[in-house]
Amino acid sequence: MSKVTTVVLVGVGGQGTILAGDVIAKVAVAEGYDVKLSEVHGMAQRGGSVDTVVRFGECVHAPIVDAGMADHLIAFEVTEAARKLQYLSPQGRLVVNSRTIHPLPVLTGAVPAAVGAEAELQYEGAIFIDAEALACEAGSPRSANVVLLGAASYGLPFAEGTWRDVIASRVPPKTVEANLRAFELGRNACAEGVCEL
Amino acid sequence: MARSLMSGNEAVARGAWEAGVRVGVGYPGTPSTEVLENLVKHGDVRCQWAPNEKVAAEVGAGVSYGGARTLVTMKHVGLNVAADPVFTLAYIGVGGGYVLFVADDPGMHSSQNEQDSRNYAAFAKLPMLEPANSQEALEFTRAAFELSERFDTPVLVRSTTRVSHSKSLVEVGEREVPPAIPFERRPGKWVMMPANARAQRVELAARMDRIEAFAVGSDLNRIEMRDTSLGIITSGIAYEYVREALPEASVLKLGIVNPLPEKVLRDFAASVERVAVVEELDPFIATRLRSLGIELVETGLPAIGELSPGRIATAFGAVAPSLRDAIKDLPPRPPLLCPGCPHRGVYWALGKLKAVVTGDIGCYTLGALPPLSAMDTCVCMGASVGMAHGLGLTGAVTDRPVVGVIGDSTFAHSGITGVLDMVYNGADGTVVILDNRTTAMTGHQGNPVSGKTLAGDPAPALDLEALCRAVGVASVRTVDPFDLPATLAALTEETEREGMSVVIAKAPCALLQRSDAQPFAIDEELCTRCGSCVKLGCPAIMKRADGAPVIDTSICVGCEQCVQVCKFSAIVPVGPACDFGGGL
Repeated sequence: MSKVTTVVLVGVGGQGTILAGDVIAKVAVAEGYDVKLSEVHGMAQRGGSVDTVVRFGECVHAPIVDAGMADHLIAFEVTEAARKLQYLSPQGRLVVNSRTIHPLPVLTGAVPAAVGAEAELQYEGAIFIDAEALACEAGSPRSANVVLLGAASYGLPFAEGTWRDVIASRVPPKTVEANLRAFELGRNACAEGVCEL
Repeated sequence: MARSLMSGNEAVARGAWEAGVRVGVGYPGTPSTEVLENLVKHGDVRCQWAPNEKVAAEVGAGVSYGGARTLVTMKHVGLNVAADPVFTLAYIGVGGGYVLFVADDPGMHSSQNEQDSRNYAAFAKLPMLEPANSQEALEFTRAAFELSERFDTPVLVRSTTRVSHSKSLVEVGEREVPPAIPFERRPGKWVMMPANARAQRVELAARMDRIEAFAVGSDLNRIEMRDTSLGIITSGIAYEYVREALPEASVLKLGIVNPLPEKVLRDFAASVERVAVVEELDPFIATRLRSLGIELVETGLPAIGELSPGRIATAFGAVAPSLRDAIKDLPPRPPLLCPGCPHRGVYWALGKLKAVVTGDIGCYTLGALPPLSAMDTCVCMGASVGMAHGLGLTGAVTDRPVVGVIGDSTFAHSGITGVLDMVYNGADGTVVILDNRTTAMTGHQGNPVSGKTLAGDPAPALDLEALCRAVGVASVRTVDPFDLPATLAALTEETEREGMSVVIAKAPCALLQRSDAQPFAIDEELCTRCGSCVKLGCPAIMKRADGAPVIDTSICVGCEQCVQVCKFSAIVPVGPACDFGGGL
């Protein structure tokens, strides 16, 4: 069987990982791949830890992935990147939004915040992107997830035009331009070497 | 035809629509909810939320006896609620096709237990189909309607979270509406009383034999012969994992998981050197094979939680992949009540009263977590009321009030009967109805309290106050949970009162209406670092390392609950956060 590529998106419920995963899946479909996507709804969405798995290839069976098997880990948040790092194969590509959202036990002081997670992720070869800052630069602070798609796109085998078409079809019409700019800024950040491995 | 990406739930809806279903009815519950939400989009199907799964199953029965096809949907625990009619509907059979879709949640992503619904099929003597992906979800749902009418039986279609909430490519078909079957009076069939039931019981056994004979030749069960040294018998999502983990193995993929066709099982077992069963949750298929005297490879796979390709591969001897080092000492991230959630004010007040709180199922179950830690029990839909009553009867709690806390949708589902019980049996006690005008946890579905149908049309909104008065509750009052002093005063008064009382805490879910209120910030000069605001457990408030609280103005919705708990007036409004508009 030919190789299946696995992308795992992790973050905090409400950050838009499900929608971002949906875009990747649709791009893969448009490029002619068999695709499966898996997500978890319900309780996990209330600010909990969430992940979405997208797998594409000639023939995909399982919609989920085991530890050590993901080719790409796209983290929308630093602590979640650290928590889910083991999904990523030793050769996998790690993109991390350089943003920390403290979970409630940290906010209330019940447990300490993660110390040194960024440095450890750096050591693991993380590509850091300041998605919120780039989204603001694009003129749409809420399109941080599109910036991250841009960063992810640089490592995925899909034509840029396909990405742009799918994103344009998914965002509110008035925000198409800003979102496409957000995508480009995320993509260029990688292309220009900001996020060289 | 081009294939499109669909979730399992979307595909079930599509399959039902193609099968000419006329009515869809259910109660929301993860991971089943999106079936009806997608079916209603087709426009030519009447879709509605019932107050609970039992009512949904009964509405479906009426539709079926009226000669039209019906789809009834629920999550696994909902089938417990619907079990009473369902077991007898098995005796009665159908008019128009009757398909009951049930979604299990192995691993309990969003459930209080992980019961395996396949046992219901065997227990109730109903055929059950189990798809492995979205294409099968569509095809099996269509097939279920055919089977239902052909064998005169309700048919169960079982899914799990990974089928319902995974998307895969689907080729769709056309809608074909079968001609309606006229309603006829058929007392021997429709009226289940002992004499009729005894006759139907015999027929039920004969029917299951006929369906097993059908299952022997059905292409819903499939044999894929590859290497004959190992044969795997599997169904549902586990099939997909097996194909990935053991690509060379021969596979018997069961699409019909009840009745299990003895001949097919025996023939397959005889055609391979070793045979193993790979199934999630209970050893449902394995037990049947063992009862036939077929020797199985001991896989050591767990009967608890979800399987995965990796778990299966290692069970059959593969070496687990090497992993990166884990990053340790990470803080946990439990789900939480949103900023501006109206439930928070009620839990704050109950905390002040040191109440023993019997809880219920919904977003508000999250009030059990620190720092609110305001819930002492959670069992099932509606349990809060009966348990508050029962706890009161023991006299075990004398120094603190006992309060049942239940959401509006849950109250309509199965809280009302508990209140009737308390009134009828002269209970003391207080029930708080958290009325946020929606079924929030599952994604804001309408309910009898919300004034909105599944199709989005206006509906009469249940007047909870009038209802509680009408059934004889001595004291009923409504409070605004964003007014913390008033909420505390009302709860204090009602819990001190003799006799039964209901307090309705009424305010819409924070996610239903975007607040245009100003965010707040903490004036560090006035703040004494007493921690009162932090104890609300609002994700917008953080206790800094130096002990000073700070408010994240980007997520503060200006609900002012923290303002009211601050004795030092240190929480003050700031200018609105900027927002240039939407992303994805």
